Amino acid sequence: MANTTFRTCPDTGLKLFSTTETLIKANAVLGVVFLLIGGTYGLFVGLTRWQAVHLLNAQDFYMVLTLHGLNVLIFWLIFFEIAVLYFASSVLLGCRLATPKWAWTGFALMLIGAVMNNVIVLQGNSTVMMTSYVPMAADPLFYLSLILFAVGALIGCFVFFGTLVVAKAEKSYEGSVPLVTFGAITAAIIAVFTIVSGAIILIPTYLWSIGVVSEINTLAYRLIWWGFGHSSQQINVAAHVSVWYVIAAVLFGARPLSEKVSRTAFLMYILFLQLASVHHLLVDPGTSSNFKMFNTSYAMYLAVMASMVHGLTVPGAIEAAQRARGHRDGMFTWLRKAPWGNPTFSGMFISLVGFGFLGGITGVVMGAEQINILIHNTLYVPGHFHATVVLGTTLAFMALTYWLVPVLFRRELILKGLARWQPYLFGLGMTGVSLFLMGAGTLGVPRRHWDIGFAGTGGITHEFPAAAYTMLALNGMSVILAVIGGAAFCVIIVGSLLFGKKLGNEKISPPIIAQPVTDEEYNADGGSAYAIPGTMALAMIFFVSFALYYFINWKYLAETWGIA
Amino acid sequence: MKDQDQTESGQVPMMQKLLDNPFLLLFIGVASPSILYLGWGLAEIFTLPVR
Repeated sequence: MANTTFRTCPDTGLKLFSTTETLIKANAVLGVVFLLIGGTYGLFVGLTRWQAVHLLNAQDFYMVLTLHGLNVLIFWLIFFEIAVLYFASSVLLGCRLATPKWAWTGFALMLIGAVMNNVIVLQGNSTVMMTSYVPMAADPLFYLSLILFAVGALIGCFVFFGTLVVAKAEKSYEGSVPLVTFGAITAAIIAVFTIVSGAIILIPTYLWSIGVVSEINTLAYRLIWWGFGHSSQQINVAAHVSVWYVIAAVLFGARPLSEKVSRTAFLMYILFLQLASVHHLLVDPGTSSNFKMFNTSYAMYLAVMASMVHGLTVPGAIEAAQRARGHRDGMFTWLRKAPWGNPTFSGMFISLVGFGFLGGITGVVMGAEQINILIHNTLYVPGHFHATVVLGTTLAFMALTYWLVPVLFRRELILKGLARWQPYLFGLGMTGVSLFLMGAGTLGVPRRHWDIGFAGTGGITHEFPAAAYTMLALNGMSVILAVIGGAAFCVIIVGSLLFGKKLGNEKISPPIIAQPVTDEEYNADGGSAYAIPGTMALAMIFFVSFALYYFINWKYLAETWGIA
Repeated sequence: MKDQDQTESGQVPMMQKLLDNPFLLLFIGVASPSILYLGWGLAEIFTLPVR
């Protein structure tokens, strides 16, 4: 397949090179497959934590928990992110993909690594969970599978950077790259640090598992592993924020409120976001409070500020575009008139609100050394990251996929009625999962325990309050709702690819992409579109919630740890 | 951002040059956490007085 063959999308006008298109499809489809696998394991985890159901025995629970974490946190997201990187470079810059053979090599390594990892864990002697803390040992092939996957992903990142060079050399764009491509550059940079950290620790651990290295320092393992484990979730943040900007542009024709501000916010991610990894180590011995507090309470807050900038500018850009197109009345007419029945919009907006209100605020609480102690290593932590990674990232990727299916695959979506409801089902379920896990964590329920009743432990008599059991039951019900939403997504997408009406080169009606809002439209009515009172009101609600929740946690701490 | 912002003298501002250079950003983005997170943390762990 020649790397210079391309088609022009009749709807978007984007130039789609055939190799790029095939690679995007392959990565995105595999991502969805691993989402399906990992989500199914998530159902088993939720139904086991629900004490009245308690589906799996201890051994199977930990094995399934390992598989759930790896499939959804690593394989699904990174496959999809590689698709996003190729889209943001080759497609948005209108140039061929650099070194497609290397791109396929990377893809093959990722696929081999992911499949091998699932097989090895299912064999039952690598039940070490995603973190695989030493000296708990897994099968050597477990580490090797992750190394293969990471090398494949790293190749994908360098193909992305190579494509930027191709675009510049071939002058396929003028001036700066588009903001979405800049967001993808941010994601790729974080990915490089993430994967290098993974290599630094997983290669010696593999050598340790086959007896070449005698021991691995457990503190150093945790520190470097979290450079991999937490930063991999920061790739998601940069990627899903880029997706928010894409959706604002394609659905509303919205222009960022300020390119400079948005790019500076991405730069703050590049500088500070990865340092947040330290919040996993806040109770570890061996590192000083200076190290912990600089990286979390200082540097991390700058990354949080960057997220707040994006959280303001994305809805702000939508509001300005809606006002420019005539929805000027009152404070929230622009939001009321938004296409809530379009899963691309509803998914994106639920992702934005859930990521900010649930994931963002709780992330700051976890990043403060003093109040972190209230919830460290409790179920609060999975509650937090289900809000960021699942409600935030996964839902944003789902939303984008609804838009990409007709654009890339030239297929019409099937089950449109179900698609309309899917983001609400998934969003509501995952909001419940996040809130109830955090509720249980606040009551002290540990994050990695099969049975909070401590059956068969021979003497542990700790009793959690009845509310903790209720929280886990509600979590189980929310998991079922989220899994129904997730399954609906997989059915709609896979079904559309197989059975959706072929669109060929016909233009889709109604149009799938909005015309960009013009300067004349923005400047009509004295430029009132630039005033974004609705977004500012939402931002104020966010700040009040943030401050209240932050200080409530200090109150909890004061009650937990009385001063005589 | 179709056109790069320029100063009155016609020069591209330094910040703009930084943002337009993905490889410089890559260097900064890898060096910053390597020093502040990995380097600093490992230095503290490996200089612990172990008896």
